[in-house]
Amino acid sequence: MPSKNKAVPPKTPLWARITKHQIIIPIAALLALALFNLIADPSFFRIELKENSAGNMILSGNLISIIDSGSELAILALGMTLVTAASGGQDISVGAAIAISGSVMLRVLCGNNSHPTSLQAPIIVALLVACLVSMAFGAFNGALVAFFKIQPMVATLILFTAGRSIAAWINNNELPIVSDETFSYFGNNIPGIPIPTPFLIAIVCFIVTWLFMKFTNISLYVQSVGVNEKTSRLNGLNPEFIKLMTYVLLGLCVAIAAFIKVSRISTINYSVVAKDIEMDAILAVALGGNALSGGKFSMSASVLGAYVIQFLTTTLYKFEVKATALPAYKAVVVIALVVLSAPTVREKLSQLSKKFRKKAPAAKAA
Amino acid sequence: MLSVTSSPEGKLKAPRSRMTDTNLLTAITIVVFIAMYLYAYFVLQEGFVKPQTMLNLISTNAYLIILACGMSLVMITGGIDISVGGVTALVSMSCAVYLDMHGGNVYVAMLLAVGIGLAFGIVQGFLVAYLKIQPFIVTLAGMFFARGLITIIHTNPFNVENKDFVELKDTRITLPDFLGSTTRRGRFIPATIEIGVVVALAIVVILFVVLKWTKLGRNFYAVGGNRQSALMLGINTQRTTFISHVICSLLAGIGGFVYFMHVGSGSPSHATGAEMNAIASAIIGGTMLTGGVGNIIGTLFGVLSLSLIQSIVSSVGLDQAWWTGITIAAMLCIFLVVQSIIIARRKKANMKAANVKVPKPKEAAS
Repeated sequence: MPSKNKAVPPKTPLWARITKHQIIIPIAALLALALFNLIADPSFFRIELKENSAGNMILSGNLISIIDSGSELAILALGMTLVTAASGGQDISVGAAIAISGSVMLRVLCGNNSHPTSLQAPIIVALLVACLVSMAFGAFNGALVAFFKIQPMVATLILFTAGRSIAAWINNNELPIVSDETFSYFGNNIPGIPIPTPFLIAIVCFIVTWLFMKFTNISLYVQSVGVNEKTSRLNGLNPEFIKLMTYVLLGLCVAIAAFIKVSRISTINYSVVAKDIEMDAILAVALGGNALSGGKFSMSASVLGAYVIQFLTTTLYKFEVKATALPAYKAVVVIALVVLSAPTVREKLSQLSKKFRKKAPAAKAA
Repeated sequence: MLSVTSSPEGKLKAPRSRMTDTNLLTAITIVVFIAMYLYAYFVLQEGFVKPQTMLNLISTNAYLIILACGMSLVMITGGIDISVGGVTALVSMSCAVYLDMHGGNVYVAMLLAVGIGLAFGIVQGFLVAYLKIQPFIVTLAGMFFARGLITIIHTNPFNVENKDFVELKDTRITLPDFLGSTTRRGRFIPATIEIGVVVALAIVVILFVVLKWTKLGRNFYAVGGNRQSALMLGINTQRTTFISHVICSLLAGIGGFVYFMHVGSGSPSHATGAEMNAIASAIIGGTMLTGGVGNIIGTLFGVLSLSLIQSIVSSVGLDQAWWTGITIAAMLCIFLVVQSIIIARRKKANMKAANVKVPKPKEAAS
């Protein structure tokens, strides 16, 4: 509880420092959810080694399904955090962009025939083409934001409206199906490895991003542009270029997420694929305690936020909530979290607890 | 701060071109709309020659006009409300269930619609204005909540067969004779509109007056233009933000009932994407997401242009579903770029003007 912790900073500085850290919000949410599940049904945490339909041994269980299906969201959260930090706005077109790059991937893999018996191009080529297309769309968004100074949400509204239509157009509104088995490894399991591949891909993405942040100044530049664009220009940075770059990087994340999404089912449904994922990605960033108005950011907090959302989704499914009614419960939880972490509420709470602490000794003395 | 329409202080400003940003952007929208209509009238002909086609278009989009008006108001104040589509769908579903399954009264259903809108507005407004949570997150949760709640109330789409309601739904208002048309057999058909259009136009007029000539209306512009300055001028910024959200959601409730009167059914998939269409029309009408700039008349024409281009696209022969999305996006893109170029040029010109003769007008203004 933030109220208790805030009230005692002089005595336990370490504790206070921990509670002030940004990552505490998603961790607290995660712990609360885990505790709730533990009380409601301890079997939630059971993990089994089972044989899947192809005869391979894989891990299964709720926790595994969380880290499995949360991967796309976590990868998107990486890029979304950068975009949010640099431009002080969010990209709402990621869902539509996933549809586009998934569609491009299938087009390259299947050629003109929508149900080929063999792959028309190597998977790596399809992935690269999809990355390029997706980064080009990212650059389009970024250019609108950086050079034309359009607010990010409005600029990406363009691709949001057009994206799924473009995706349908690329494949002539057909739904190509990839029959190759190796393609489905990336969205499910590689034979012999019991951990779902999407999670492995996500981990690789985190490590690459972490190294990228560690050995370049990008993170510092992005933060300085987000905090004050004019000052960073005076310090010799090029804010336009940095903003553009964050959008292109988000494009790359989108392509990888699309790769996983398409590989899961070996086909695509333009109107449904990655629906509402933009909202979840933005929520992940907000849950991670990052200011949505730009500036300082923490990647790990966002990624944790993404898994919190997936944890919540899986928990709700466990309690047999209808998939369509899910958003209502999600909304309540999100509002509760956001209200608790709002600065004004925190202040009020700490004031209240101070009052109580003052009253208690007075009562004792009397 | 971008300039506000003709305020009394306008006379003191440096003698620059007479048109303000708001009026210029609105003028562009109106010109584009007229050009499109003339194109449809003289080149495409077909149904466009009959005034009834245009009237039908307005009848279909009456709800969107109401939603977009509320959206403009929030955007002028510097916020955003993406829950309007969800509220619209929630209103139509709950009214449908109430009328059909509980044998309800039409007037009580209207109260229900207004009540739902008010409830959303008060909660969201409180969270945004007084707890200072990002409007995007709050209204996003609002949208999720509304959409989820719909399926909890009822899952399947159904038509309403309540007698009073069907009567109300089929009521048409007959317009003067010169708008009517004659069939090939020589029978005269008078032009008609739905009740929703009257409601929408009334709301447009009321909001126009409020924004232009009342203290509250000017406060919206002041808060959106520069919150800090507004606070220093003694404006209660929190209350202004609160009121803008309440009005927006209230209008979403009314718009929801108008939509319900048009479709006459309840369904979870109603009004999908309405919030994005409302934002798009407000932007095309010259409202800016940064706040402080906007015009209700522009919004009205924004909705009309958006709906007109959709029907033009489908009548030109590009009737595959994806063309609509792509055209709207292209239109939005062009408008945004034009807007940003105009604003940038104006800013430069203003700066020059201010640099040339600093002392006299500035002193008088302060």
